[in-house]
Order: sequence, then structure tokens, then C-alpha cells
Amino acid sequence: MNWQAIRSIYTFEMARFFRTLMQSFISPVISTSLYFVVFGAAIGSRIDQVDGVSYGAFIVPGLIMLSVMTQAISNASFGIYFPKFIGTIYELLSAPVNFLEIVIGYVGAAATKALFIGIVILATSALFVDLQIQHPFAMMAFMVLTCVSFSLFGFIIGIWAQNFEQLQLIPLLVVTPLVFLGGSFYSISMLPPIWQTITLFNPVVYLISGFRWSFFGMADVPIGLSLLAIAGFTALCMVAVWWIFKTGWRIRK
Amino acid sequence: MSEILSVRDLVKRYDDGFEALKGVTLSIVQGEILALLGPNGAGKTTLISTICGITEGTSGTVTVGGHDIVKGYREARRMIGLVPQEINLEPFERVINTVRFSRGLFGKPKDDAYLEKILRQLSLWDKKDNRIMELSGGMKRRVLIAKALSHEPEVLFLDEPTAGVDVELRKDMWEIVAGLKASGTTIILTTHYIEEAEAIADRIGVIAKGELLLVEEKQALMTRMGQKQLQIDLSAPLDGVPDSLAKYELELVRDGNALLYTYDTRAERTGITGLLADIAKAGLSMSDLQTKQSSLEDIFVGLVAEDAA
Repeated sequence: MNWQAIRSIYTFEMARFFRTLMQSFISPVISTSLYFVVFGAAIGSRIDQVDGVSYGAFIVPGLIMLSVMTQAISNASFGIYFPKFIGTIYELLSAPVNFLEIVIGYVGAAATKALFIGIVILATSALFVDLQIQHPFAMMAFMVLTCVSFSLFGFIIGIWAQNFEQLQLIPLLVVTPLVFLGGSFYSISMLPPIWQTITLFNPVVYLISGFRWSFFGMADVPIGLSLLAIAGFTALCMVAVWWIFKTGWRIRK
Repeated sequence: MSEILSVRDLVKRYDDGFEALKGVTLSIVQGEILALLGPNGAGKTTLISTICGITEGTSGTVTVGGHDIVKGYREARRMIGLVPQEINLEPFERVINTVRFSRGLFGKPKDDAYLEKILRQLSLWDKKDNRIMELSGGMKRRVLIAKALSHEPEVLFLDEPTAGVDVELRKDMWEIVAGLKASGTTIILTTHYIEEAEAIADRIGVIAKGELLLVEEKQALMTRMGQKQLQIDLSAPLDGVPDSLAKYELELVRDGNALLYTYDTRAERTGITGLLADIAKAGLSMSDLQTKQSSLEDIFVGLVAEDAA
């Protein structure tokens, strides 16, 4: 393993994040506050409780997941797309590194950034609602796994994308709707039966449900199924990244 | 000198069937400067990219320092530094950080003293904290060289290092290359500029349409293929070359004011003495004489034209 190379990629990517640390910090704080104003105060005041949890507290896991997923994807996709766009990818391709080292460097940095955002949102939420976490280790494990798996997914998007429009396409047209319709702001038990069944085809449901379980001990789907879903998604992304580097798809001529 | 780079029957064929490299074979010895000359699309960059791992070859083998670039890619790539043709740099990054990144990427531990030495050599030390976007084009090219040298490579590839730069900077670059050679680095450079190859290379390779037409010592090439011309300026213009001088196959130039005689420098007799005597016999009066050696450019143009034919 070329650990030195992994460290170089990781620190180089993190330096980009630290250059804009204030924006990275302030942006999730403001957006979380806005969500609490709109969903917590304005709409939430009309919703009493969801499965015994105040609506304000209920949306916290969904809110964290929404940001963590979108941040992981955008950080990782930009991280690998930018070198492709400006041509510095030549350095990666001619360096004595294998695909695993490149992935650990880029995905590790993107996941770290997303995790940071997730923790900031969690801390901001605690200012608005009384937050209790029943399974803190499981909560952290779910958050880390989500950061890693969605960073891997973002990495694939970054390699696939051939322009900035494509870079935004999947996150905007696929991921955001799936997250919003995946029970971020409601329990799927609140939906009519037919929609409950349809929603179960949305993979994000399993992630949010598992994450919410770590907070409140309740879930829309069994926790084992959630773990299986996130493990399966991570494995799928790993296989895709391995194939990309093996074939050189969209990176090596 | 021992062989440091070996390319054997290297073929690069793209999915659409286009063959960018048609069985290139090349051997480079340690410490030499090889200039690869060729027109646009000749395969120069493809050859470099394949050796460096950016492009995958279709068939053939390449070894660097005895390490196969596929099976022993880590060892092979550690020995190589690459300066690409395009100025590919992150605009918001600082010079020192981007050079440190390159060193780390090649598995070398942090060594700021060594990086300082390189940056000073390249006159970049006082710019080390500048962002790339604040630098001039010439400085950016130097940054690319610093990045390529950051991991102490033994073989350095320079892909058209002086393309689009002014004459002064080009000469600076030649000095840098000479300095690198003096420190024992093997250099392979591609260029469009014949005078560049003529000025700094030990050997010249000519590539066209994916084929290496020749690789030869620069001086030997110029001697072997070089022709000289003698221009004889006349005191009075002529309407045509006199019949008595026909055997010399002279050209009448400068509106009849000069005769041009082309001769082979390798020939036992150049014929100059006889020509001058015959000119005097013909009653022609000479006002001046000058000779001109054919340049590498003439040789290159001749070779490529021959290949096209």
C-alpha cells in the first residue's frame, strides 16, 4: 500500500475544504435553522407527534441524512471530476498508485467532509429541539457508513460526468427526490397503504429508517434490513469503482 | 552507459481502429537527452502517455530501469517524471502545496529541503506561496517541471516543454534541461522546434504516422544526411548556366546574380576546386562565396516527406 500517496490525496482534498471552512460551516447551520423554522415551527406546530416523538425531533435524522447524502455525493464527485476537467488527472494516472489507494484518498476526504456537516447539523438541531439518542454508537456507525457509501457513489458520478451539468444531474434528479420521498420528514406509516408499498422500493427509506431507529428506537423497516441495504449499496459501489479502474472507463484512453 | 528505457514493438490501437503507434521500438541509455521530432498527430504524446501509464498500449512491452510498466508499474512509475504538454494545474492551489502533493503521490516522504532546492533551481522559490493563477505562463511551466522532479525521478519526459513560449523563456528552459542532464537525469523530450532538438539533444528520433523513422546521434545524423551548398555571387547577372558548367548541375538564383552548387560533405571529392577553375575558364567574374550547411529541419522535412511518399 502506498500510504504516503493516500495521505497526500486526503490532505490535498481536505485543504480545499479548509480553504472554505466558514462557508462549509455556516451553510449547514443556516439551512438546518431554516428547516426547523419551516418544518418545525410552521408545519410542525400542526402535527402533534409521530410515534410518540415531537415532530421537530422526528425530522432531525432525516435532515441529517439529507445533508450527509447530498454533501458526500457533491464532495466526492467534484473531487474527482475537477482533476479530470482541468487535466491534472494525468498525475494520478502516472503515479505509482492503485485504484484502492486513489479511492481511499478521495472517498475518505469526501466522507470526512460529509461527516463534519452531519455533526454540525446534529449540534445545530440540539439548539432547536430536545434531542435524545438511544443508540449513539449505532447512530455514528450509520452516519459513517452513509458518508462512505454515498461518497463512493459520488466518486462514480464524478468519473461518469463529462461536464458540470452531468455532475449535477444525478444528485438533483435522482438523489434529492429519493431522499425527500424516503421518509426524511415523515413516517411512511403516515402514507396510504399503496404508497407505503411503493415507497419500500426506494433504497433511501432503509437508510433513513435505520438512522432514525438509532435516535428513537423506532423504525419503518427492520433494522437488520437497513444494515443489509447500506452494506449492499456500499458493496455495489465498490464493485463499480473496481470495474471503472480495471477498464479505465472514462479516465484512461 | 546502461539502458534505462526499453520500448519493444509498442502498438496503440484505438477502438475505432486508428493505430496511433505502429510497433515502436526504442532504447534509451541512462543520462542522455533524446528529442522526438514529429509533425502533429505523429504519435509523440501517445508514446509518452503509454510509457507513463496514462494510456494503455494494445501490445508490446515497455520497461523502465528493468521494470515492466504493467507488472511492475509501481517501481517503473517511481522512476518517471512527466511534464505534460498542456499547463494542467489547479489554479487556486499554492505552488509549494502542489509540489508537495506530487512528491507524496509518488510515495516519497516529506522533504522540504529538497523541494526548496528544486524551486530555487527553477527560480520559483520566491513564488512558493503564490497561487498558481497568479503566475505567468512561463512560471506555470516551471511549476510543472518542479512537480515532475519532486519525487527525484531518473527519467524525465518533457512533452513539448517550450510550445507557445517566448524565445527568452525557451532558452531558459534549455538551460534547465542542460542542468538536469548534468545531474544525471535521462530526458526524453518531444518538440516541434528543430532548433530545440539541435541545441540540446544527444540523439534525435523522428516519428511520423505512429512509426519511428529513425533514431540516431544528432551529429551523425547531420553528417550522414547533411548536404552543403556553395553560393557563388557573380559580378554580372547571367541569362542561363553556361554549357561548360552543366556537369555541376548548378542552379541560377538571385535573378541570375548567383550560382548555387550542392555537394555532399561525405564525398571524397567535393568538386569545388574544379568548379571554381571552370567558372574562371568560362570568363565569369565572382564577387563573393558563401557556404550553407543543411539544418536538422531540412533533414526532418526530407524524412517526413519521404515517408509520406
